[in-house]
Formats: sequence, C-alpha cells, structure tokens
Amino acid sequence: MAEKISIDAEGLHYTPLNQQIRAAVAAGAKEIVLDNVNGQRFIGNGLRGKDVRITINGVPGGDLGMFMSGPTCIVHANAEHAPGNTMDAGTIYIHGNAGDAVAHSMRGGEVYVKGNIGYRGGIHMKEYQDKKPVLVVGGRTRAFLGEYMAGGLLIVLGRGYTCPVDERGIGTGIHGGEIFIRGEVPEKHLGIGATKKPFTEKERELIRPYIKKYCIEFGIDDPSLFEDEYVRIGPASARPFAGKYTWE
Amino acid sequence: MLSHYTYFADISCLESLKWGKAPFTICGSMCGIISVIDRSGEPMNGSAIKNALSLMNERGNGEGAGYAVYGAYPDYADYYALHLFYDNLVEPKAIVEQELEKWGTIEVSEMIPTSEQPRLRREHIPWRYFYKPYPKSMGTAATEEDILIHIMNKINTEIPGALLFSTGKNIGIFKASGWPEDVAEFYRIQDYEGYQWLAHNRYPTNTSGWWGGAHPFNLLDWTVVHNGEITSYGTNRRYLESFGYKCTMYTDTEVVAYLTDLLARRHALPLELALKALAPPFWDEIDNMPENERQLNTTIRMAYGSALMNGPFAIVVANSEGIAGITDRIKLRPLVAAEAGERLYISSEEAAIRVMEQDLEHIWMPRAGEPVIGRVR
Repeated sequence: MAEKISIDAEGLHYTPLNQQIRAAVAAGAKEIVLDNVNGQRFIGNGLRGKDVRITINGVPGGDLGMFMSGPTCIVHANAEHAPGNTMDAGTIYIHGNAGDAVAHSMRGGEVYVKGNIGYRGGIHMKEYQDKKPVLVVGGRTRAFLGEYMAGGLLIVLGRGYTCPVDERGIGTGIHGGEIFIRGEVPEKHLGIGATKKPFTEKERELIRPYIKKYCIEFGIDDPSLFEDEYVRIGPASARPFAGKYTWE
Repeated sequence: MLSHYTYFADISCLESLKWGKAPFTICGSMCGIISVIDRSGEPMNGSAIKNALSLMNERGNGEGAGYAVYGAYPDYADYYALHLFYDNLVEPKAIVEQELEKWGTIEVSEMIPTSEQPRLRREHIPWRYFYKPYPKSMGTAATEEDILIHIMNKINTEIPGALLFSTGKNIGIFKASGWPEDVAEFYRIQDYEGYQWLAHNRYPTNTSGWWGGAHPFNLLDWTVVHNGEITSYGTNRRYLESFGYKCTMYTDTEVVAYLTDLLARRHALPLELALKALAPPFWDEIDNMPENERQLNTTIRMAYGSALMNGPFAIVVANSEGIAGITDRIKLRPLVAAEAGERLYISSEEAAIRVMEQDLEHIWMPRAGEPVIGRVR
C-alpha cells in the first residue's frame, strides 16, 4: 500500500471508517487524509503507530483519538467533546475550537487547540512516571478548567483575552499536575484545593517547548507568548478531600 | 375556577397509567437535539432536519424520535391541529369525535399519512383533526385554550386507546418509537414545510421508550425538546402544584413545559428572564455584578427559587414566535448554536448543523445557563 492514502468519509459511519484507518496503518500507510468528515465519533480510537499522521478535513465527532497511542491527528475544523479522552501517546492538533471535556482523563501525549475550548478542559488529566500529558489552549476556556486534575500540564495562552479563564472552579479538586494561564486569574475563580504558585524561570523553561510547538503548527509568531508572565496554579495538597469522606 | 392546569397534569398521570407505562422516564445521558428557525418566516421542508437528526443516531437508541414543525398547516392556520394516537379506529375514535363535537366543530378528520418502515413497529394509528372550539361553549370565562385543555384531559384520561399529544395552531408534532430516519420516513416528514423545526432523538435511560414518551412535548403553542435529567423535579413539581399544576406525569420534561408556561405565559416574564429563572447565576456571581444587574438577578432568584432546575440538561423550547436553547448552569450537556443569514440553528452537535447548512457565518457554544433566542421578525 502507498504511504499516503485518502479516505472519503462522506456518510460513512465511524466503525467502517476506523476499520479503514486501521487497515491502512496495518498495511504501512504513514499519511492518512480523511475528507468530508462530519460528526464521526471515536476517530483513531486505540490506534497505535508512532509515525502515522491523520489529517481530518471536517468536524470530527466526540472522543477523537480516545486511547490512541502514538499517531498524530490534525483537525482542520472545530472538534466536539473530549478530543484526547484517555489518550496514551501521540498528538492532536485542532485548527479551530473544541467542545467540553477536552483531554478528558488524558494519560499521555499532547493536545493543541488553536482557539477556545468549552467547560472542564483537562478534567482528570493524570501522569505516571514518563507519561505526562499536555494540553495547550490558544484562546480562552470555560469553567472548571483542570477539574480533579491528577497530573500533566495544562497551558492556556489566552491569545486575545486579558482574562482567558473568567469562570469559576479552576482546578477544583486538583491533586497533581499544573495549570499555566497567561493573563489575569482572579482569586475567586480558583476552585477548592487549587492555589497559585510562583512562576519562575524553571517553569518558563518547562512550558516553552509546548508553546513553540503550538506556534509552529498554527503559524503564529508572537514572542510575548514566551516572554509574558503566566499564572501558575497547582494543588494546595496532594489530598484535597482527605477529610471529606473519612475521619481519623 | 378549577384550573385547567390541573386537568392537563391529571391527563398525564392517568395517561401513563392507562398506557401501562412505568411512572418515570428520563431522557438521559445522551439524546440529540437539533432545531432551526428561519427568522424571515421562510418555510423549510423536513428533509434536511431528518438528515441532521440521523447524524446524531449515536445519541439515541431507536426507542424514540420526533419532529415539531411550526407553520405546518397554513391552510388551516386558524384551527387547532389535533394529533392523536389511536389503538384502533372503531371505539376510541367514535368517543373522541363525540367529545370534540360537543365543544366545537371538526373541519377535517383524516389519517396522518404514513408509510410503513421495516424497522418501525406500528403501535398506534396517527390521526389528525383540524378543530375549532365554539366560543363560550364552556361558559363566558373559558378561553379556547381552556376548552382544548379540557378535551385533552378527557381524551387522555377517560378514553382508552386514544392519546392527544399535539394541540397547537399551525403546529404539527410527529413522533414514534424508532430511529430518527425511520420516524421521519414513516411520517414523510419531508412533505411538511415550516419556518421553525425542533427534532429530538431519544435515549431513554430509566424506563423503556414508548410513542407517547418520545419528544417533542407540546402544550398548545409551546413545544419542548430536552436532553438530560431534571434532578430538581420534586422541588419544581411542588412549586408548580402551588399554582394549580399537578405534575403527575412522572416525566421530568413535564416540569420544563409547565415552568415555561407559568413564567412566560401566565406571569408574562420576557423569555430571557423566564429562562434565567430556570438556570440562574450562582449567588457568588450575583454578588459581583453591577448594582442593577445584581438587584434583578437577586429578585429573580428570590421570587423563583423553586423554579430553578438542577441536574444536567440542554433544552430547546419554542412557541410560534421563536425558539430558545439553554443548558444547565454548570454545563453538563452540550449545546451549539450557529447562524447563517436568517437562520438560527441550535443543536447538540456542530456536525448536525453542518448537515443542514454548509456555510455558517457564526458558530458558538453558548455559556452555561445563557439562553440563545431566535425570534421571527
């Protein structure tokens, strides 16, 4: 099979679509272009293959790249709910906005959204040893960002916004990982268990490569993304609800 | 006056008992919603919305789908369009028509055209009447709406084998147990035209679906489609009962319809404020508002605290003047809106809207609890 193949997804249900994608990867395809995608859920679910690139022309349905381990998905449209759900490795680039619960329970890999995302971005992201998921959002997010976050990095570039997360419940129940927000973060928006921490050169270096990848993919040239101060938010304790359900 | 709301609610309770259904049905975690209004009043046929709803088949389970179309019957726009399910055309039909003729005149009586679908089991016979109540037939104080609600009560509680589920003027509700495309083909939904459509694909989670439990739900001019669960059902029900409604239909969607009726029609609140009462801002947010806004929101929450709907939901409500979509205030269900010229779309998924319209000028996800309203100009 050719290294590059195109699949016309017009009117195709996600099951045969995913079967075609898997067959292509199994046959050695490295570059897969999906045309006329509209609403198909679960694209690339559980797919393995480190050097596979899937270009998605159209709006993918929910749970894009769920459990995916290795491939890169590039979406030339908005995405619906939970792209990167429990993703294990690989990259998702969304050249648009995305819905609620982006990077839901993500355990590895990277998700980049050019524009804005909805509610509960990065909910329950987690990390383990060398697995450290990253979510980068170019614009603003809605409420409950990083809710119950257990690991990983969540970076909000806030392009075009002075207060890119002007909503309640940032990091509610966070007990691992860190959130970086470029812009103002009113104290009242911090959720239970979340606290602001100093943003030092060490953190700036930590997030730099991901900002760079964002800029390269989306063709953005903005030095202030690297130079500006970020508000760093992390867990106030490793067990924010220790006393909630049990008493000693 | 014995409120007609009591009648209506009673219908529903007995309705579910009469039809042998378990008493609580919820449209649960999924369900798909799509609705569209053409603000210039330009009619659209049903073929596009059928395809849009079918795109979200993953949100349903084939146990309920339905369509509401405003502007369906321009030739009979002054008549109430009554849609019924009959179990047979002998006994219940004769009794229903006797009741209708007691209070008004039947202009047209006809079977709703249907075409058999291999995957759809015909459980009932859909029938429609174009009907005009006699003015003053129920006393000088009773309105046409009172008469209609009395009839609805009578049919749905006392006439076995008949269910009246669509009572608006120039409005048609078409629903059944089945997948969206099958229900649409069954009713030949593409043959209908209207300036406003609501469609719903159901995934009942607590009990099995049935034809009467499919959305949309209609009460005279109001129609509701709903995705989610109203967990404040008990509080809302007790509140509604204090206004004479008796919420014994045991479906949570019922309270949405009644609350909208109470606030928007009986209390004449502007739709924006009525919806704000259902999904108000949090107190801490209100505390931080500018003084005028703070007072308004405080007043609404104080006056309508028991109308607040908790739990995850996305709903679209409509009357003949327009459509409005809103989610619960912590956004536990999806809602996307988009505009293209005169048309406003509200849906569970962007992809569904794109089935109906490729060139969208503006597409956005409304904030939690913030209504999106489209009105006929």
